[in-house]
Amino acid sequence: MKKLSTEVLVIGGGAAGLSAAAEAASAGAKVLVVESDLRPGGQLIKQTHKFFGSKDEYAGTRGFKIADILLDEINSFKDSVSILQNTTVSGYYKEDDEFTAMRGEEEYFHIKAKKTIVATGAQERLIPFPNNDIPGVYGAGAVQTLMNVYGVLPGRRVLMVGAGNIGLIVSYQLMQAGVQVAAVVEAAPRVGGYWVHAAKIRRMGVPILLRHSIKRALGEKCITGAVITGLNERFEPVGPEQQINCDLICIAVGLSPTTELLSQAGCKMMYVPQLCGNVAQRDRGMRTSNPDFYTAGDAGGIEEASAAMVEGRIAGLSAAAALGYPTEHGKLDEYWGRLQSLRKGEAGARICQGIDCVLVKDWEGVAHA
Amino acid sequence: MEEKVNPGGTGAALDLIEEHPILEFQHGKKITFFFDGRELEGFEGEPISSALHANGVRVYRETADMHRPRGFFCAIGKCSSCFMVVDGVPNVRTCVTPLTAGMRVETQRGRGVVPGSDEGGASS
Ligand SMILES: Cc1cc2nc3c(=O)[nH]c(=O)nc-3n(C[C@H](O)[C@H](O)[C@H](O)COP(=O)(O)OP(=O)(O)OC[C@H]3O[C@@H](n4cnc5c(N)ncnc54)[C@H](O)[C@@H]3O)c2cc1C
Ligand code: FES
Repeated sequence: MKKLSTEVLVIGGGAAGLSAAAEAASAGAKVLVVESDLRPGGQLIKQTHKFFGSKDEYAGTRGFKIADILLDEINSFKDSVSILQNTTVSGYYKEDDEFTAMRGEEEYFHIKAKKTIVATGAQERLIPFPNNDIPGVYGAGAVQTLMNVYGVLPGRRVLMVGAGNIGLIVSYQLMQAGVQVAAVVEAAPRVGGYWVHAAKIRRMGVPILLRHSIKRALGEKCITGAVITGLNERFEPVGPEQQINCDLICIAVGLSPTTELLSQAGCKMMYVPQLCGNVAQRDRGMRTSNPDFYTAGDAGGIEEASAAMVEGRIAGLSAAAALGYPTEHGKLDEYWGRLQSLRKGEAGARICQGIDCVLVKDWEGVAHA
Repeated sequence: MEEKVNPGGTGAALDLIEEHPILEFQHGKKITFFFDGRELEGFEGEPISSALHANGVRVYRETADMHRPRGFFCAIGKCSSCFMVVDGVPNVRTCVTPLTAGMRVETQRGRGVVPGSDEGGASS
Protein backbone atom coordinates (compact mmCIF):
# COMPACT_ATOMS: atom_id res chain seq x y z
CA MET A 1 0.00 0.00 0.00
CA LYS A 2 1.14 3.52 -0.84
CA LYS A 3 2.68 5.51 1.96
CA LEU A 4 3.11 9.29 2.11
CA SER A 5 5.57 10.96 4.44
CA THR A 6 5.60 14.53 5.62
CA GLU A 7 7.12 16.69 8.30
CA VAL A 8 3.87 18.29 9.37
CA LEU A 9 0.52 16.66 8.73
CA VAL A 10 -2.49 18.94 9.08
CA ILE A 11 -5.75 17.05 9.33
CA GLY A 12 -8.63 19.28 8.25
CA GLY A 13 -8.43 22.20 5.85
CA GLY A 14 -10.73 24.69 7.59
CA ALA A 15 -9.89 28.02 9.18
CA ALA A 16 -7.59 26.41 11.76
CA GLY A 17 -5.91 23.87 9.47
CA LEU A 18 -5.18 26.32 6.64
CA SER A 19 -3.73 28.84 9.10
CA ALA A 20 -1.60 26.14 10.71
CA ALA A 21 -0.30 25.03 7.31
CA ALA A 22 0.58 28.59 6.26
CA GLU A 23 2.38 29.27 9.52
CA ALA A 24 4.39 26.03 9.55
CA ALA A 25 5.33 26.49 5.90
CA SER A 26 6.40 30.09 6.48
CA ALA A 27 8.89 28.77 9.03
CA GLY A 28 10.23 26.34 6.44
CA ALA A 29 8.47 23.07 7.23
CA LYS A 30 7.09 20.68 4.62
CA VAL A 31 3.34 20.40 5.15
CA LEU A 32 0.63 18.05 3.95
CA VAL A 33 -2.98 19.14 4.46
CA VAL A 34 -5.61 16.43 4.24
CA GLU A 35 -9.21 17.54 3.78
CA SER A 36 -12.17 15.21 3.44
CA ASP A 37 -14.35 17.65 1.53
CA LEU A 38 -14.19 18.14 -2.22
CA ARG A 39 -12.63 21.55 -1.63
CA PRO A 40 -10.71 23.09 1.25
CA GLY A 41 -12.03 25.89 3.50
CA GLY A 42 -14.16 24.02 6.04
CA GLN A 43 -17.00 26.04 7.51
CA LEU A 44 -15.67 29.22 5.94
CA ILE A 45 -16.76 28.40 2.41
CA LYS A 46 -20.34 28.02 3.58
CA GLN A 47 -20.60 31.46 5.16
CA THR A 48 -21.97 34.36 3.17
CA HIS A 49 -22.16 36.89 6.00
CA LYS A 50 -19.50 39.33 7.11
CA PHE A 51 -17.58 37.87 10.00
CA PHE A 52 -17.28 39.27 13.45
CA GLY A 53 -13.99 39.01 15.32
CA SER A 54 -10.95 41.27 15.04
CA LYS A 55 -9.35 43.03 12.08
CA ASP A 56 -6.27 40.80 12.21
CA GLU A 57 -8.61 37.88 11.60
CA TYR A 58 -10.48 39.56 8.73
CA ALA A 59 -13.57 40.74 10.61
CA GLY A 60 -15.98 42.41 8.23
CA THR A 61 -14.98 40.05 5.42
CA ARG A 62 -17.44 37.41 4.23
CA GLY A 63 -16.60 33.88 5.32
CA PHE A 64 -16.00 32.37 1.87
CA LYS A 65 -13.66 35.25 1.02
CA ILE A 66 -11.57 34.54 4.14
CA ALA A 67 -11.05 31.00 2.82
CA ASP A 68 -9.74 32.49 -0.44
CA ILE A 69 -7.32 34.75 1.45
CA LEU A 70 -5.91 31.77 3.38
CA LEU A 71 -5.64 29.66 0.25
CA ASP A 72 -3.78 32.48 -1.53
CA GLU A 73 -1.34 32.63 1.36
CA ILE A 74 -0.81 28.88 1.16
CA ASN A 75 -0.30 29.10 -2.60
CA SER A 76 2.64 31.40 -1.98
CA PHE A 77 4.32 28.42 -0.28
CA LYS A 78 3.29 25.94 -2.91
CA ASP A 79 6.64 24.19 -2.94
CA SER A 80 6.28 23.24 0.69
CA VAL A 81 2.52 22.75 1.17
CA SER A 82 0.39 20.23 -0.61
CA ILE A 83 -3.33 19.84 -0.09
CA LEU A 84 -5.08 16.54 -0.65
CA GLN A 85 -8.81 17.01 -0.90
CA ASN A 86 -11.57 14.40 -1.05
CA THR A 87 -9.33 12.51 1.37
CA THR A 88 -10.22 11.47 4.90
CA VAL A 89 -7.80 10.45 7.61
CA SER A 90 -9.63 7.44 8.97
CA GLY A 91 -7.43 6.32 11.83
CA TYR A 92 -4.18 6.52 13.70
CA TYR A 93 -2.29 3.38 14.69
CA LYS A 94 -0.10 4.03 17.66
CA GLU A 95 1.97 0.84 17.34
CA ASP A 96 3.08 1.81 13.85
CA ASP A 97 2.86 5.57 14.41
CA GLU A 98 0.94 5.76 11.14
CA PHE A 99 -2.31 7.11 9.81
CA THR A 100 -4.65 5.41 7.40
CA ALA A 101 -6.34 7.60 4.83
CA MET A 102 -8.90 7.13 2.14
CA ARG A 103 -9.17 9.12 -1.06
CA GLY A 104 -12.67 8.93 -2.48
CA GLU A 105 -14.26 5.61 -1.59
CA GLU A 106 -11.75 3.16 -2.99
CA GLU A 107 -8.17 4.35 -2.63
CA TYR A 108 -6.49 3.62 0.69
CA PHE A 109 -3.01 4.58 1.81
CA HIS A 110 -0.83 5.31 4.83
CA ILE A 111 0.63 8.57 6.06
CA LYS A 112 3.64 8.99 8.28
CA ALA A 113 4.25 12.37 9.89
CA LYS A 114 6.75 13.83 12.30
CA LYS A 115 4.21 16.26 13.78
CA THR A 116 0.45 16.23 13.39
CA ILE A 117 -1.99 19.09 13.81
CA VAL A 118 -5.54 17.89 14.32
CA ALA A 119 -7.86 20.61 13.00
CA THR A 120 -10.88 18.45 12.29
CA GLY A 121 -13.50 21.00 13.34
CA ALA A 122 -16.83 19.99 14.78
CA GLN A 123 -19.75 17.68 14.34
CA GLU A 124 -23.39 18.66 14.58
CA ARG A 125 -25.63 17.51 17.37
CA LEU A 126 -29.07 16.06 16.85
CA ILE A 127 -31.96 16.05 19.29
CA PRO A 128 -34.35 13.14 19.73
CA PHE A 129 -37.92 13.40 18.44
CA PRO A 130 -40.11 10.93 16.57
CA ASN A 131 -39.32 10.78 12.85
CA ASN A 132 -36.05 12.70 13.18
CA ASP A 133 -34.47 10.17 10.84
CA ILE A 134 -36.50 10.78 7.71
CA PRO A 135 -35.24 12.80 4.76
CA GLY A 136 -35.81 16.51 5.17
CA VAL A 137 -34.41 16.68 8.71
CA TYR A 138 -31.02 18.16 7.91
CA GLY A 139 -28.19 19.54 9.97
CA ALA A 140 -27.60 23.27 9.56
CA GLY A 141 -24.22 22.53 7.99
CA ALA A 142 -25.81 20.27 5.39
CA VAL A 143 -28.34 22.93 4.49
CA GLN A 144 -25.51 25.43 4.07
CA THR A 145 -23.54 23.04 1.91
CA LEU A 146 -26.46 22.46 -0.40
CA MET A 147 -27.44 26.09 -0.82
CA ASN A 148 -24.23 28.09 -0.35
CA VAL A 149 -21.70 25.78 -1.92
CA TYR A 150 -23.71 24.00 -4.61
CA GLY A 151 -26.59 26.42 -5.21
CA VAL A 152 -29.26 23.78 -4.66
CA LEU A 153 -32.53 24.73 -2.93
CA PRO A 154 -32.69 22.66 0.26
CA GLY A 155 -36.50 23.00 0.43
CA ARG A 156 -39.37 25.43 0.07
CA ARG A 157 -40.32 26.14 3.66
CA VAL A 158 -38.27 25.40 6.73
CA LEU A 159 -38.68 25.07 10.48
CA MET A 160 -35.43 26.10 12.19
CA VAL A 161 -34.65 24.38 15.48
CA GLY A 162 -32.26 26.47 17.58
CA ALA A 163 -31.73 30.23 17.95
CA GLY A 164 -28.00 30.27 18.56
CA ASN A 165 -25.82 32.11 16.06
CA ILE A 166 -25.89 29.21 13.64
CA GLY A 167 -29.71 28.89 13.68
CA LEU A 168 -30.11 32.63 13.23
CA ILE A 169 -27.51 33.05 10.50
CA VAL A 170 -28.65 30.02 8.55
CA SER A 171 -32.28 31.25 8.76
CA TYR A 172 -31.16 34.48 7.16
CA GLN A 173 -29.12 32.62 4.55
CA LEU A 174 -32.16 30.46 3.74
CA MET A 175 -34.20 33.59 3.07
CA GLN A 176 -31.42 34.93 0.86
CA ALA A 177 -31.71 31.73 -1.14
CA GLY A 178 -35.47 32.19 -1.49
CA VAL A 179 -36.61 29.65 1.12
CA GLN A 180 -39.44 30.62 3.49
CA VAL A 181 -38.67 30.34 7.18
CA ALA A 182 -41.87 29.30 9.00
CA ALA A 183 -40.44 29.86 12.49
CA VAL A 184 -37.38 29.46 14.69
CA VAL A 185 -37.97 27.45 17.86
CA GLU A 186 -35.61 27.74 20.81
CA ALA A 187 -35.88 25.72 24.02
CA ALA A 188 -34.07 28.30 26.16
CA PRO A 189 -35.86 31.39 27.48
CA ARG A 190 -33.60 33.65 25.44
CA VAL A 191 -31.91 33.90 22.09
CA GLY A 192 -28.44 32.33 22.27
CA GLY A 193 -26.90 34.12 19.31
CA TYR A 194 -25.95 37.75 18.79
CA TRP A 195 -28.84 40.15 18.95
CA VAL A 196 -28.04 41.70 15.52
CA HIS A 197 -28.66 38.38 13.82
CA ALA A 198 -31.94 37.83 15.69
CA ALA A 199 -33.12 41.37 14.93
CA LYS A 200 -32.41 40.89 11.23
CA ILE A 201 -34.70 37.91 10.84
CA ARG A 202 -37.37 39.33 13.18
CA ARG A 203 -37.53 42.36 10.91
CA MET A 204 -38.21 40.03 8.02
CA GLY A 205 -41.24 38.72 9.87
CA VAL A 206 -39.91 35.39 11.11
CA PRO A 207 -41.26 34.46 14.57
CA ILE A 208 -38.62 33.36 17.07
CA LEU A 209 -40.49 31.19 19.55
CA LEU A 210 -38.59 30.99 22.83
CA ARG A 211 -39.28 28.14 25.28
CA HIS A 212 -40.51 26.11 22.32
CA SER A 213 -39.30 22.94 20.71
CA ILE A 214 -40.19 20.40 18.08
CA LYS A 215 -42.28 17.50 19.35
CA ARG A 216 -42.33 15.33 16.26
CA ALA A 217 -41.73 15.48 12.55
CA LEU A 218 -44.53 14.63 10.13
CA GLY A 219 -44.25 12.67 6.90
CA GLU A 220 -43.96 9.14 5.58
CA LYS A 221 -41.03 9.21 3.21
CA CYS A 222 -40.10 12.88 3.48
CA ILE A 223 -40.88 15.74 5.79
CA THR A 224 -44.30 17.29 5.26
CA GLY A 225 -44.52 19.21 8.51
CA ALA A 226 -43.66 19.46 12.17
CA VAL A 227 -45.49 19.66 15.46
CA ILE A 228 -44.11 22.19 17.91
CA THR A 229 -45.02 22.91 21.51
CA GLY A 230 -44.14 25.20 24.40
CA LEU A 231 -41.79 24.12 27.19
CA ASN A 232 -41.83 24.82 30.93
CA GLU A 233 -38.80 25.64 33.12
CA ARG A 234 -37.88 21.96 33.24
CA PHE A 235 -38.02 21.77 29.44
CA GLU A 236 -41.15 19.58 29.55
CA PRO A 237 -43.76 20.11 26.85
CA VAL A 238 -46.70 22.27 27.97
CA GLY A 239 -49.54 24.08 26.30
CA PRO A 240 -51.20 23.45 22.97
CA GLU A 241 -49.45 21.80 20.07
CA GLN A 242 -49.08 23.69 16.86
CA GLN A 243 -48.61 22.25 13.41
CA ILE A 244 -46.14 23.86 11.04
CA ASN A 245 -46.24 23.08 7.34
CA CYS A 246 -42.73 22.66 6.00
CA ASP A 247 -40.67 20.33 3.83
CA LEU A 248 -37.45 20.95 5.72
CA ILE A 249 -36.51 20.85 9.39
CA CYS A 250 -33.13 22.37 10.02
CA ILE A 251 -31.35 21.34 13.21
CA ALA A 252 -29.02 23.93 14.72
CA VAL A 253 -28.72 22.81 18.31
CA GLY A 254 -24.98 23.04 18.65
CA LEU A 255 -21.71 21.41 17.73
CA SER A 256 -19.31 19.03 19.42
CA PRO A 257 -15.56 18.91 18.79
CA THR A 258 -14.36 16.14 16.44
CA THR A 259 -11.64 14.43 18.45
CA GLU A 260 -11.48 10.73 17.55
CA LEU A 261 -7.96 10.97 16.13
CA LEU A 262 -6.67 12.74 19.24
CA SER A 263 -8.12 9.99 21.41
CA GLN A 264 -6.53 7.36 19.19
CA ALA A 265 -3.18 9.10 19.64
CA GLY A 266 -3.57 8.74 23.39
CA CYS A 267 -3.84 12.47 24.02
CA LYS A 268 -5.24 13.18 27.45
CA MET A 269 -8.84 14.26 27.00
CA MET A 270 -11.14 16.16 29.28
CA TYR A 271 -14.85 16.94 29.23
CA VAL A 272 -15.25 20.71 29.32
CA PRO A 273 -18.82 22.03 29.04
CA GLN A 274 -17.66 25.54 28.12
CA LEU A 275 -15.82 24.10 25.11
CA CYS A 276 -18.85 21.96 24.22
CA GLY A 277 -17.41 18.50 24.72
CA ASN A 278 -14.46 16.23 25.15
CA VAL A 279 -11.25 18.01 24.14
CA ALA A 280 -7.52 17.44 24.40
CA GLN A 281 -5.49 19.08 27.13
CA ARG A 282 -2.89 21.36 25.60
CA ASP A 283 -0.07 23.71 26.49
CA ARG A 284 0.42 27.28 25.27
CA GLY A 285 1.82 25.94 22.00
CA MET A 286 -1.38 23.91 21.41
CA ARG A 287 0.68 20.75 21.93
CA THR A 288 -1.21 17.86 23.52
CA SER A 289 0.05 15.28 26.02
CA ASN A 290 1.33 13.32 23.01
CA PRO A 291 4.32 15.51 22.08
CA ASP A 292 3.83 14.88 18.36
CA PHE A 293 0.18 15.99 18.31
CA TYR A 294 -1.35 19.46 18.33
CA THR A 295 -4.95 20.58 18.49
CA ALA A 296 -6.44 23.74 16.96
CA GLY A 297 -9.79 25.30 16.16
CA ASP A 298 -13.21 23.83 16.86
CA ALA A 299 -11.64 20.39 17.41
CA GLY A 300 -10.10 21.85 20.58
CA GLY A 301 -13.34 23.53 21.70
CA ILE A 302 -16.23 25.18 19.87
CA GLU A 303 -15.43 28.83 19.40
CA GLU A 304 -15.16 31.06 16.35
CA ALA A 305 -13.24 31.16 13.12
CA SER A 306 -11.14 34.09 14.28
CA ALA A 307 -9.86 32.18 17.31
CA ALA A 308 -9.53 29.01 15.22
CA MET A 309 -7.19 30.86 12.86
CA VAL A 310 -4.99 32.13 15.68
CA GLU A 311 -4.88 28.70 17.32
CA GLY A 312 -3.94 27.25 13.95
CA ARG A 313 -1.09 29.78 13.67
CA ILE A 314 0.11 28.82 17.15
CA ALA A 315 0.00 25.09 16.39
CA GLY A 316 1.83 25.60 13.09
CA LEU A 317 4.45 27.74 14.78
CA SER A 318 5.06 25.25 17.59
CA ALA A 319 5.20 22.26 15.27
CA ALA A 320 7.78 24.01 13.08
CA ALA A 321 9.80 25.05 16.14
CA ALA A 322 9.71 21.49 17.49
CA LEU A 323 11.15 20.30 14.18
CA GLY A 324 14.03 22.71 14.65
CA TYR A 325 12.98 25.46 12.25
CA PRO A 326 13.86 28.92 13.51
CA THR A 327 10.79 30.93 14.43
CA GLU A 328 10.42 34.57 15.25
CA HIS A 329 10.96 35.42 18.87
CA GLY A 330 7.86 36.77 20.62
CA LYS A 331 5.42 35.49 18.01
CA LEU A 332 3.77 33.08 20.43
CA ASP A 333 3.11 35.90 22.89
CA GLU A 334 1.72 38.05 20.13
CA TYR A 335 -0.73 35.30 19.12
CA TRP A 336 -1.81 34.83 22.72
CA GLY A 337 -2.41 38.55 22.92
CA ARG A 338 -4.72 38.27 19.92
CA LEU A 339 -6.57 35.34 21.48
CA GLN A 340 -7.05 37.33 24.65
CA SER A 341 -8.53 40.28 22.82
CA LEU A 342 -10.84 37.96 20.86
CA ARG A 343 -11.98 36.35 24.09
CA LYS A 344 -13.42 39.47 25.65
CA GLY A 345 -17.09 39.79 26.46
CA GLU A 346 -19.63 37.35 27.80
CA ALA A 347 -19.06 34.49 25.35
CA GLY A 348 -15.32 35.01 25.64
CA ALA A 349 -15.42 34.75 29.42
CA ARG A 350 -16.99 31.29 29.13
CA ILE A 351 -14.35 30.22 26.66
CA CYS A 352 -11.60 31.50 28.99
CA GLN A 353 -13.04 29.43 31.84
CA GLY A 354 -12.94 26.39 29.58
CA ILE A 355 -9.41 27.10 28.42
CA ASP A 356 -8.28 27.44 32.04
CA CYS A 357 -9.48 23.85 32.63
CA VAL A 358 -7.52 22.33 29.73
CA LEU A 359 -4.42 24.47 29.59
CA VAL A 360 -1.40 22.69 31.01
CA LYS A 361 1.69 24.54 32.19
CA ASP A 362 3.88 21.58 32.89
CA TRP A 363 3.40 18.17 31.28
CA GLU A 364 5.47 16.37 33.93
CA GLY A 365 2.73 16.55 36.52
CA VAL A 366 -0.01 15.65 34.05
CA ALA A 367 1.71 12.76 32.38
CA HIS A 368 2.20 11.02 35.69
CA ALA A 369 -1.11 12.02 37.21
CA MET B 1 -43.32 8.84 -9.96
CA GLU B 2 -42.86 7.23 -6.56
CA GLU B 3 -39.37 8.53 -6.09
CA LYS B 4 -40.31 12.10 -7.07
CA VAL B 5 -40.92 12.82 -3.46
CA ASN B 6 -39.99 16.44 -3.00
CA PRO B 7 -43.40 18.02 -2.43
CA GLY B 8 -42.29 21.13 -4.26
CA GLY B 9 -40.24 19.41 -6.95
CA THR B 10 -41.54 20.04 -10.45
CA GLY B 11 -39.61 17.24 -12.06
CA ALA B 12 -38.74 19.43 -15.01
CA ALA B 13 -36.19 22.08 -14.09
CA LEU B 14 -33.43 21.54 -11.55
CA ASP B 15 -34.19 22.93 -8.11
CA LEU B 16 -31.41 25.50 -8.19
CA ILE B 17 -31.02 28.90 -6.61
CA GLU B 18 -31.45 31.26 -9.55
CA GLU B 19 -30.76 34.56 -7.89
CA HIS B 20 -28.72 35.28 -4.82
CA PRO B 21 -27.82 38.66 -3.30
CA ILE B 22 -24.21 37.63 -2.56
CA LEU B 23 -23.22 34.39 -4.22
CA GLU B 24 -22.69 33.56 -7.85
CA PHE B 25 -22.76 29.88 -8.55
CA GLN B 26 -20.39 28.48 -11.09
CA HIS B 27 -21.61 25.02 -11.84
CA GLY B 28 -19.57 22.34 -13.51
CA LYS B 29 -20.38 20.91 -16.94
CA LYS B 30 -23.95 19.67 -17.31
CA ILE B 31 -24.03 15.92 -17.79
CA THR B 32 -26.53 13.10 -17.47
CA PHE B 33 -26.52 10.19 -15.04
CA PHE B 34 -28.93 7.47 -14.01
CA PHE B 35 -30.95 7.22 -10.83
CA ASP B 36 -32.68 3.85 -10.49
CA GLY B 37 -32.60 3.58 -14.25
CA ARG B 38 -34.04 7.04 -14.90
CA GLU B 39 -31.88 9.55 -16.75
CA LEU B 40 -31.34 12.78 -14.82
CA GLU B 41 -29.24 15.88 -15.30
CA GLY B 42 -26.54 17.10 -12.96
CA PHE B 43 -23.25 18.95 -12.83
CA GLU B 44 -20.00 17.10 -13.20
CA GLY B 45 -17.80 17.09 -10.11
CA GLU B 46 -20.53 18.13 -7.68
CA PRO B 47 -21.62 15.65 -5.02
CA ILE B 48 -24.07 12.98 -6.19
CA SER B 49 -26.41 13.88 -3.34
CA SER B 50 -26.61 17.53 -4.42
CA ALA B 51 -27.47 16.47 -7.95
CA LEU B 52 -30.21 14.15 -6.69
CA HIS B 53 -31.60 16.83 -4.41
CA ALA B 54 -31.72 19.28 -7.28
CA ASN B 55 -33.80 16.69 -9.13
CA GLY B 56 -36.25 16.45 -6.25
CA VAL B 57 -34.94 13.09 -5.03
CA ARG B 58 -34.67 12.99 -1.26
CA VAL B 59 -34.77 9.29 -0.35
CA TYR B 60 -31.38 7.67 -0.95
CA ARG B 61 -31.63 4.40 0.91
CA GLU B 62 -33.82 2.18 3.06
CA THR B 63 -32.57 0.79 6.37
CA ALA B 64 -32.03 -2.94 6.76
CA ASP B 65 -34.36 -3.87 9.60
CA MET B 66 -36.93 -1.14 9.99
CA HIS B 67 -37.10 -0.21 6.29
CA ARG B 68 -36.95 3.47 7.18
CA PRO B 69 -36.21 5.95 4.42
CA ARG B 70 -32.90 7.78 4.69
CA GLY B 71 -31.74 10.86 2.89
CA PHE B 72 -28.90 13.15 3.41
CA PHE B 73 -28.06 14.64 6.79
CA CYS B 74 -24.53 15.89 7.49
CA ALA B 75 -23.26 16.51 3.95
CA ILE B 76 -19.67 16.03 5.11
CA GLY B 77 -19.28 12.28 4.85
CA LYS B 78 -19.61 11.57 8.54
CA CYS B 79 -23.07 10.17 9.29
CA SER B 80 -23.67 7.36 6.72
CA SER B 81 -27.20 8.55 6.07
CA CYS B 82 -26.63 9.08 2.35
CA PHE B 83 -25.16 5.68 1.40
CA MET B 84 -26.21 4.48 -2.06
CA VAL B 85 -25.14 1.94 -4.64
CA VAL B 86 -22.98 3.73 -7.18
CA ASP B 87 -21.83 1.87 -10.30
CA GLY B 88 -22.54 -1.35 -8.45
CA VAL B 89 -20.60 -0.45 -5.30
CA PRO B 90 -22.74 -0.22 -2.14
CA ASN B 91 -22.30 2.17 0.83
CA VAL B 92 -20.89 5.02 -1.20
CA ARG B 93 -21.04 8.36 0.63
CA THR B 94 -22.94 10.26 -2.02
CA CYS B 95 -22.55 13.60 -0.22
CA VAL B 96 -18.80 13.65 -0.86
CA THR B 97 -18.54 11.58 -4.03
CA PRO B 98 -18.33 13.65 -7.22
CA LEU B 99 -20.80 12.99 -10.01
CA THR B 100 -19.48 11.78 -13.35
CA ALA B 101 -21.19 11.40 -16.71
CA GLY B 102 -23.17 8.19 -17.11
CA MET B 103 -22.86 7.22 -13.45
CA ARG B 104 -25.40 4.65 -12.30
CA VAL B 105 -26.80 5.62 -8.91
CA GLU B 106 -29.26 3.33 -7.18
CA THR B 107 -31.33 3.46 -4.01
CA GLN B 108 -29.64 1.18 -1.49
CA ARG B 109 -31.83 -1.35 0.28
CA GLY B 110 -30.39 -2.85 3.43
CA ARG B 111 -26.67 -3.14 3.91
CA GLY B 112 -25.77 -3.67 0.30
CA VAL B 113 -23.80 -6.46 -1.31
CA VAL B 114 -20.09 -6.15 -1.95
CA PRO B 115 -19.49 -6.89 -5.63
CA GLY B 116 -18.14 -10.38 -6.14
CA SER B 117 -19.40 -11.71 -2.80
CA ASP B 118 -22.67 -13.50 -2.13
CA GLU B 119 -23.01 -12.10 1.37
CA GLY B 120 -24.79 -9.07 2.71
CA GLY B 121 -28.27 -8.14 3.74
CA ALA B 122 -29.56 -6.88 0.43
CA SER B 123 -33.28 -6.42 0.16
CA SER B 124 -34.46 -8.54 3.01
C1 LIG C 1 -23.55 29.32 10.44
C2 LIG C 1 -22.22 29.63 11.04
C3 LIG C 1 -21.84 30.96 11.16
C4 LIG C 1 -20.59 31.31 11.72
N1 LIG C 1 -20.24 32.62 11.80
C5 LIG C 1 -19.03 32.99 12.30
C6 LIG C 1 -18.61 34.36 12.35
O1 LIG C 1 -19.33 35.27 11.94
N2 LIG C 1 -17.38 34.64 12.87
C7 LIG C 1 -16.55 33.66 13.31
O2 LIG C 1 -15.43 33.97 13.76
N3 LIG C 1 -16.92 32.36 13.27
C8 LIG C 1 -18.13 31.99 12.78
N4 LIG C 1 -18.51 30.65 12.72
C9 LIG C 1 -17.64 29.64 13.30
C10 LIG C 1 -16.54 29.21 12.39
O3 LIG C 1 -17.04 28.89 11.11
C11 LIG C 1 -15.82 28.02 12.99
O4 LIG C 1 -15.51 28.27 14.33
C12 LIG C 1 -14.51 27.75 12.25
O5 LIG C 1 -14.79 27.49 10.89
C13 LIG C 1 -13.75 26.60 12.86
O6 LIG C 1 -12.64 26.30 12.05
P1 LIG C 1 -11.97 24.88 12.08
O7 LIG C 1 -10.89 24.95 11.08
O8 LIG C 1 -11.65 24.54 13.47
O9 LIG C 1 -13.10 23.87 11.63
P2 LIG C 1 -13.83 23.66 10.22
O10 LIG C 1 -13.99 24.93 9.49
O11 LIG C 1 -15.06 22.89 10.53
O12 LIG C 1 -12.83 22.74 9.41
C14 LIG C 1 -12.55 21.42 9.75
C15 LIG C 1 -12.23 20.68 8.48
O13 LIG C 1 -11.71 19.41 8.79
C16 LIG C 1 -12.15 18.47 7.85
N5 LIG C 1 -12.02 17.15 8.46
C17 LIG C 1 -12.62 16.70 9.59
N6 LIG C 1 -12.24 15.45 9.88
C18 LIG C 1 -11.36 15.08 8.91
C19 LIG C 1 -10.59 13.90 8.67
N7 LIG C 1 -10.66 12.84 9.49
N8 LIG C 1 -9.79 13.86 7.58
C20 LIG C 1 -9.72 14.94 6.76
N9 LIG C 1 -10.40 16.07 6.94
C21 LIG C 1 -11.21 16.16 8.00
C22 LIG C 1 -13.56 18.91 7.57
O14 LIG C 1 -14.02 18.44 6.33
C23 LIG C 1 -13.44 20.43 7.62
O15 LIG C 1 -13.23 20.99 6.35
C24 LIG C 1 -19.73 30.28 12.16
C25 LIG C 1 -20.11 28.94 12.03
C26 LIG C 1 -21.33 28.60 11.46
C27 LIG C 1 -21.70 27.14 11.30
S1 FES D 1 -24.92 12.90 4.53
FE1 FES D 1 -23.76 12.23 6.21
S2 FES D 1 -22.34 10.86 5.29
FE2 FES D 1 -23.35 11.75 3.62
